Amino acid sequence: MEDNLIPLSSLKKKTTGKITSIDGGHQIKKRLQAMGIYDGTYVSVKTKQPFHGPLTIEVRGTQMTIGRGMANKIRVEVIE
Amino acid sequence: MGNPNVGKSVVFSRLTGAQVISSNYPGTTVDFSKGKMRLNNETVEIIDAPGTYSLEASNRAEQVASDIMKEADVVICVIDATNLERNLYLCLELLEQNIPMVIALNLWDETKHLGIHIDEKKLEELLEVPVIPTVALTGEGIKDLVEKINDASSPEKIKPTSQEGRWIEIGQTIKQVEHVEHRHHTIRDTISDITIKPLTGLPIAIAIIFTAFWFVRLIGENLISYIFEPLFEQVYRPFITSFADTLGEGFLYNFLISQTYGTIDFVESLGMITTGLYVPIAMVLPYIVAFYFILSLLEDTGYLPRLATLVDNIFHKLGMHGYGIVPVFLGLGCNVPGMLATRTLETRKQRFIAATLLSVSVPCVAQTSLIFAMFSDEKIQGNLSYAPIIYILMVFTTLLCLYFIVGYILNRFIKGESPEIFLEIPSYRTPHLKTTLKKTWMRIKWFIKDAVPWMFFGVFLINILYTIGVIQFLAELFKPLMNTLFGLPGETSIVLISGFLRKDLAVGTLLSFPAGTFSSFQLVIIATMLTMFFPCVATFAVMIKELGIKDMLRSVLIMITVVEENTIENKSLST
Repeated sequence: MEDNLIPLSSLKKKTTGKITSIDGGHQIKKRLQAMGIYDGTYVSVKTKQPFHGPLTIEVRGTQMTIGRGMANKIRVEVIE
Repeated sequence: MGNPNVGKSVVFSRLTGAQVISSNYPGTTVDFSKGKMRLNNETVEIIDAPGTYSLEASNRAEQVASDIMKEADVVICVIDATNLERNLYLCLELLEQNIPMVIALNLWDETKHLGIHIDEKKLEELLEVPVIPTVALTGEGIKDLVEKINDASSPEKIKPTSQEGRWIEIGQTIKQVEHVEHRHHTIRDTISDITIKPLTGLPIAIAIIFTAFWFVRLIGENLISYIFEPLFEQVYRPFITSFADTLGEGFLYNFLISQTYGTIDFVESLGMITTGLYVPIAMVLPYIVAFYFILSLLEDTGYLPRLATLVDNIFHKLGMHGYGIVPVFLGLGCNVPGMLATRTLETRKQRFIAATLLSVSVPCVAQTSLIFAMFSDEKIQGNLSYAPIIYILMVFTTLLCLYFIVGYILNRFIKGESPEIFLEIPSYRTPHLKTTLKKTWMRIKWFIKDAVPWMFFGVFLINILYTIGVIQFLAELFKPLMNTLFGLPGETSIVLISGFLRKDLAVGTLLSFPAGTFSSFQLVIIATMLTMFFPCVATFAVMIKELGIKDMLRSVLIMITVVEENTIENKSLST
């Protein structure tokens, strides 16, 4: 079970994960939440830019680009 | 009010008849605009607020939105029906404020293509506010929306809650009103994928940018040689020549027609009704038309956020994030909207870097078209050893390098945070030719109304200063400086001084020198300097407004240092 918990940034392309925790500051959490990203949300990774570039993810049918650092702070449980 | 990129501005123009710019990327509207509308035989004021995901703002544009909300009597909450769930968050926040509200379910037509079914009656029932499906682009549903404004209500049952609480409420609502069919991968999805994947996306991005510029130059040049130049040469010249003859030699002639009596040259004469009209209309306007048409096309498809994702890495090194490309793109048209677009960046540091780089190394269309004109001028071409395009590329490459170098240094030395990119990627939409053309036209109108008078004023001022001898005096004063500092002929000082007032005029001054005054390399330096050197008066004013006096002065200081460093470097290169 524990092995399944990884940072969002390590989630492989075209796979989906369920967010288990976000360990960012209050500010970051608030911003993510306004976009509908919080514990329990399903996220899938569309693409990753090389050299620690941003990830493009899909949440609730909307695609968004999110910085690698931010993605590091989001832990997900791998679903498929 | 509503989330970014849901079509608030389109709804606004439908309601008020006012024209505002809209595009397919978040953050097109960074300031509010006001308009008037007739409602129940009364004139009411409608405010178009910048988009925001939440009332707790994370950048300046969002701050504007949440401040405006406090003044409203009724809120029209515009929702992207294809993204109902995420959009409802702001809606709930707004409902908690106890301001009467109506909801416009915009982009209603798109939901059908996407297999999304929304029960709007049920939504109305659950939220206890009027919900009206709309397609603002075509005007569908707008009449209903207007009628329902009277029924706007603020339901009692929605109580302020936590962020989690709101999402739970939304989850429950969505279950009852929305049903999404399983979708197959469409062509649109495929295009979306390949333009954002690094491997295919980067070559595509380079191809798109080059094609775009190539088109701008092509359209611009053809407009000049087939429409604008013939117009001036064949229609306007006979008229102005006979007018000049009746005027005769004297002060008025010098002022209106030319400083030197004789044949009229539209570029070099520097008269109010010769150069003062020719430069903005026949030299700059064609490129404005071309540039804004292409930019509008790019904007409406929704490509820019994808480009921002691809270049995020580079911009991160410059203390910004990928979205920093948007001010650059807009700035290539005119630095003023570019400056305003820096508002979508989150921190002061990012905005400062973006604004400084914009004024240092992003040439606006006026500058670009004059760089084009300068190197295509016959007199100058005689002096060039390569094709004009080589020199034009040299100027642009220098500017591009400067952008990176200065950005890199600024990032090192300026304190402050540089948050990472966090950006919604809208789905691609096929641009509506009519909307794109309308938008191009609006921007052209803006240019004619706002920029042309400045240019006219510039010629006016130069003429006055010339007649009373101030320019000659200043030019003499700076002559030694040009020689020792920049390795340029002393005559350059007059070019740069007129460039301070209006850069567009500098080329005219430059061309009025006899052929061979400047070497081709010096011309490249001058063209680069003119771009870097001080923003025009209008940009200057916006910079003060956006950055505040203190930061603006710091920015100017950087600008001056860079101009010097760069020319010294160039000088050592050329010797």
